[in-house]
Amino acid sequence: MAEKKALTGNEAVALAMKQIEPDVVAAYPITPQTDIVQYFSNYVADGKVKTEFVTVESEHSAMSATVGAAAGGARAMTATSSQGLALMWEVVYIAASSRLPIVMPVVNRALSGPINIHCDHGDTMGARDSGWIQLYSESVQEAYDNLIQAVRIAEHPDLQLPVMVCQDGFITSHGLENAEILDDETVKRFVGEYKPRFSLLNPAKPVTFGALDLQDYYFEHKRSQSEAMKNAGKVILQVAEEFKKLTGREYGYFEKYMLDDAEVAVVALNSTAGTAKMVVDELRQAGSKVGLLKPRVFRPFPAKELAETLRGLKVVAVMDRADSFNAYGGPLFNEIRSAMYDTPGPKILSYIYGLGGRDIGPADVTKVYDDLLEIKKTGRCDSILNYLGVRE
Amino acid sequence: MATLKELVKKPGILSPGHRLCAGCTAPTLVRQVLMAVDTPVVIGNATGCLEVSTTIFPQTAWRCSWIHNAFENAAATASGVEAAYKSLKRQGKIKDEFRFITFGGDGGTYDIGLQSLSGAMERGHHMLYVCYDNGAYMNTGIQRSSATPRGADTTTSPAGEKVPGKPANRKDLTAIMAAHNIPYVAQVSPSHWNDVVTKVKKALDCGGAAFINAIAPCHRGWRYPIEDGIEMARLAVDTCYWPLFEVVNGEWKLTYKPREKKPLVEFLKPQGRFKHLFAPENEHIIKEMQEQVDRNWEALLKRCGEA
Amino acid sequence: MSTENLPGWKDLPAGGLILEPGNAENLETGEWRSSRPIHDKQKCINCLFCWVFCPDSSIIVEDGKVVGIDYKHCKGCGICARECPPKVKAITMVPEGE
Repeated sequence: MAEKKALTGNEAVALAMKQIEPDVVAAYPITPQTDIVQYFSNYVADGKVKTEFVTVESEHSAMSATVGAAAGGARAMTATSSQGLALMWEVVYIAASSRLPIVMPVVNRALSGPINIHCDHGDTMGARDSGWIQLYSESVQEAYDNLIQAVRIAEHPDLQLPVMVCQDGFITSHGLENAEILDDETVKRFVGEYKPRFSLLNPAKPVTFGALDLQDYYFEHKRSQSEAMKNAGKVILQVAEEFKKLTGREYGYFEKYMLDDAEVAVVALNSTAGTAKMVVDELRQAGSKVGLLKPRVFRPFPAKELAETLRGLKVVAVMDRADSFNAYGGPLFNEIRSAMYDTPGPKILSYIYGLGGRDIGPADVTKVYDDLLEIKKTGRCDSILNYLGVRE
Repeated sequence: MATLKELVKKPGILSPGHRLCAGCTAPTLVRQVLMAVDTPVVIGNATGCLEVSTTIFPQTAWRCSWIHNAFENAAATASGVEAAYKSLKRQGKIKDEFRFITFGGDGGTYDIGLQSLSGAMERGHHMLYVCYDNGAYMNTGIQRSSATPRGADTTTSPAGEKVPGKPANRKDLTAIMAAHNIPYVAQVSPSHWNDVVTKVKKALDCGGAAFINAIAPCHRGWRYPIEDGIEMARLAVDTCYWPLFEVVNGEWKLTYKPREKKPLVEFLKPQGRFKHLFAPENEHIIKEMQEQVDRNWEALLKRCGEA
Repeated sequence: MSTENLPGWKDLPAGGLILEPGNAENLETGEWRSSRPIHDKQKCINCLFCWVFCPDSSIIVEDGKVVGIDYKHCKGCGICARECPPKVKAITMVPEGE
């Protein structure tokens, strides 16, 4: 049973957390994630969840307590944004290397400095090599659906890896949209009961978590972590397949929009993909063969599948809502361009846009498509690295 | 009151074969703390000597479940384990009665872990945090911490030509923890094993958050003869540099009063880290340190209703 | 450090866990010793102070009586000899090899 509801992204994520009903949630408020913690506090106060809610004094402790809880055999969650994720940094890596299947909604927000509370992807892009699986969400619906799937992905025996579920701060987190919400029982059945591999709380089998590795073992442990990430792609698709049977909604590594016969395309994460779809529709009506690719899974990076999908295009713009400060191109651009290296394929450009919540409207995206069409026509490209929507 | 004849019958939770220095008093303290445990226990450990030396992969000296996360978050990590326990117990998924003890050195407790400790104590998790205070960052090579006594020569507060060791006084962490209004706070010394065992039992059964601060002499950092670790701890108690007391639900109580309060120099003299203070131009520092100890002791006696 | 004969990554429990509690006992830290405690049963009054203060759990006690030293683990710090009551002096330290 499902019902349509008008919800903000934060409400939907909090609701999914209520339905998942983790054993432990340890979280700290930060704009624009705060509502999630508040909604969840209400569920706890009203006795609607059995969850032990730990109102920590910082995000560092939020992730630390979540790691402790997961090591104690609990299904454990937290949520954060921006500086919160930055403060957690150290422990984010430890969660992954300890192979603890923690699920964490992240409401994307720019990193300081200067301090800014609005959307960009600098926070989660910075955490791209922390060993977490990263799922990105265009809409309220996707944030909700991704969160529910994330539990199954994280806890899969071949993975045991933590998952970040990202949505755009304010744009999605505070924007009201209609979403189809599953009933509690369906969600509970889908995520199933959590059976930890090891627990600190099994007196028959004491276990040591977090031992010191020297030169003789560290590399092997990292290699095994890397294998789990290799396995993640397959699991993500399996879980998506099951989810589709339940809801009819389709999820993969990425979404293709009018891409099959397109000559030029934009690659964009999260809510910007929604704007781009509108632009694609308009340009298509005017006869331009344009398309869109919206990655959902950034970690693991579906390099092979992306290369196969993009190879037939002439020109591609990878739009990054984060700068790598490498004077070369954004993080998504770098990975996609690297993935295309062995494939004869399109010219690929980097567009950095929307930092600190700078609006990205249809006119901006149209400009990108216009650039691409022009390059396709003339074969002339002045700059690989472009900044979109910034005052010169 | 437990007797050694009884305690010796209990299985040791910390195995031999750990790689702490010969003569380190931290494992002695840990053994004494664990002598008070009668249930399954999960140990948390901040990064530090005790952590690195007891769990070098693939060996662990812990016969119980144990978790190390990072340096500053041992208390937060333990609070998460305790939260998991509460939740799973409530759901009937765990039957056993567990206790939670976390160890951190003074660096991981007084300094970098203070926020996480404060948070965990304020939230009232049913856990005991034990700080083994050896008065510096010994694991990284004897750098000063906020627990380092004034005047001590450490690698980051060296006794130099112009600056005679650490200029600042130590922080009174035990009082800070008492100010959290938690059910149990105490100060102990491994020289007084019975006091340790008694206090840990009280702490574990206080029903909420408990903190114990323990002096743990380090012969590498303090520079005294290797066999004198317990004697140094005893001198710290007898000079009233490290008084033994407890704060039960806000009520301060002295648990040991030296028959005669020894002069502080008896504690300072055997330690190489204070050697430079005995030069004529620095003797005023010793005098001031003694005055500080006297003031603290008088204040403690008042708080404990003994003066 | 030769690591060739150690287990490969597929043979290690994921997440760096150690699943054998207390297996550090297999390490012979007694090799560190430069002097060794000698326990005299005749003099010993079995106060067990040596046992309660030993950092390395190396005082062997049976039925409430000290029966010897675990030389496999004892690092020779001498705390036991130092803490043995002065009137008893049942433990003396002698240099290794004597």
